[in-house]
Amino acid sequence: MAGQLRIITGIAAVVLVAGAAAGFAVAWRPSIAAISPPQPDTFDPAMVKRGRDLAAIGNCNTCHTTQGGANYAGGLPVPTPFGTIFSSNITPDAATGIGGWPEAAFVRAMRSGVSRDGRQLYPTFPYDHFTNVSEADDRALYAFLMTRQPVQASPPANQLSFPFNYRPLIAGWKLLYFHGRDVPSNEAKGAEWNRGAYLVEGLAHCGACHTPRNALGAERVNAQFSGGQVDNWHAYALNDTSHAPVRWTADALYAYLRHGWQADHGTARGPMAEVVDNLASVPDNDVRAIAAYMADISGAPAPDGKSGADAVAQSSPADAAQAAPAGAAIYAAACASCHESGRPLPYGGINLARSTAVTSPDPRNLINIVLAGVGAVEGERGPIMPGFAASIDDTQMVALLNYLRARFGKRPAWDDLDKTVREARAAQAVSLAARDVPAESSQRGKP
Amino acid sequence: MITLKVNGQDHQVDADPDTPLLYVLRNDLELNAAKFGCGLGQCGSCTVIVDGQAVLSCVTPLLLLEGKQVTTLEGLGTVAAPAPIQRAFMEEQAAQCGYCIAGMMMRAQALLMRNSKPTDAQIRAELEPNLCRCGTHMRILRAVHRAARLMDTADAAGDRSIR
Repeated sequence: MAGQLRIITGIAAVVLVAGAAAGFAVAWRPSIAAISPPQPDTFDPAMVKRGRDLAAIGNCNTCHTTQGGANYAGGLPVPTPFGTIFSSNITPDAATGIGGWPEAAFVRAMRSGVSRDGRQLYPTFPYDHFTNVSEADDRALYAFLMTRQPVQASPPANQLSFPFNYRPLIAGWKLLYFHGRDVPSNEAKGAEWNRGAYLVEGLAHCGACHTPRNALGAERVNAQFSGGQVDNWHAYALNDTSHAPVRWTADALYAYLRHGWQADHGTARGPMAEVVDNLASVPDNDVRAIAAYMADISGAPAPDGKSGADAVAQSSPADAAQAAPAGAAIYAAACASCHESGRPLPYGGINLARSTAVTSPDPRNLINIVLAGVGAVEGERGPIMPGFAASIDDTQMVALLNYLRARFGKRPAWDDLDKTVREARAAQAVSLAARDVPAESSQRGKP
Repeated sequence: MITLKVNGQDHQVDADPDTPLLYVLRNDLELNAAKFGCGLGQCGSCTVIVDGQAVLSCVTPLLLLEGKQVTTLEGLGTVAAPAPIQRAFMEEQAAQCGYCIAGMMMRAQALLMRNSKPTDAQIRAELEPNLCRCGTHMRILRAVHRAARLMDTADAAGDRSIR
């Protein structure tokens, strides 16, 4: 009896040790020795410039910079279903940034999501896309980042629930979902398309927002570009399930990505505003390439005539008004003076029959935009819209949304609008409160 | 007839429900602090406070205001007894032509009611929808900081609240 127990205990111990060893083998990565930060003048200026453009395509600043914070100094809270992760400091500060990282450590992080010290990195850092970036581009990005102003700043500790706060588990996630995705290549489609594929699937990581994620936060490969969620915004479907009233073409996408708005589709806002802000300054060819590839993803223009701007129809105002009379009055009094002015974008509001926000199955973008408006971009010309958060209450908002949906969306009414409006307003209040942290006395202005 | 609550008083207004608040304030109630600038919610000179928040009165129809409290600059203080925000703008000489200033003060007031010690960056972000063509921005910035300090002092206690 005692002998049997000993055998069972022995087997259990062997299994545990073997399991731990296997787990260790999967999870463990060696530390790469720190260096003293290289002098900026040791980098080739042409390479730094190329890295700058690549960093803009990669949208690095959006996550690695807080509002009003130093560039690339990190600390931005990124909400996930598993808790909040704070972005890291990627300035060349030796103690708190990546100043001590040799180039090989940077390339490894981009390729396989491992920190210089061997720790597993959370896939909020989109290495599932960055693994597709060429080594030459990684080196240019390294040259760019290592020549930035070093900033001493440590991000707050991540707030993750158990077991997600246990980093070695990320190795298991990688076994399941991280397989060094390939970039599609197709010689027949031409050089521009292939360049676009390389950028979109790699550095630009468009799918990180526009592809839905599974329960463990991995992109669903069989639903690529069918629409996702980011920061209380809906990232629209970009494949052939797109709800855009007017089909996207390569030219329209180019104009939108380059300028932040396009006459048949409207204005980039929410997280996409930051993307187009970055794309405004990168080489023209690369924006054209992204547009060409994404236009192909969105499919050929539909035969039902949805390809032309003229094809945009709307229900009769009278029918829609019957469906939502209170909303009709609000639209006529508060919205129509810009949205039916006939002034061209960006100086007039878009004809809402062309707005994907109204045809989308998810009303959140439309709610966000009515509440907060479209803010001016510093130093840029562009469309602006006043927000109505302070003057429209939830009941009025729901009435307005029902009217817009009936008249311009020509689709069944959205479900649960009351709840979605309340949630959007609460989310906005949280972000406003975060902006309103009172100043320290040293920051106060002098008379 | 529509009942409109402005600066603590109920007014019976004979206007269509889709009339912009600004027109009613200026034409019916003869409260002329809020200005007509662009009429499209793009310049901020018509800014007033509704239930504690800055609102562009030129794009706010009466039908949205049922049961809500409107405050205009006239509701903050008078020439004889200016409110802290008005005193601060005068003391900093923040007005050049002055057309935008009523709107600036109302939006700054709304900010100070929820953040008693704003940073420069917060004031800039808050006042971004309000345009000034004379370029007195640096003085406006100083005036908002001064108003924050005035509201903190004992003699102005309670002045952060509005009627």
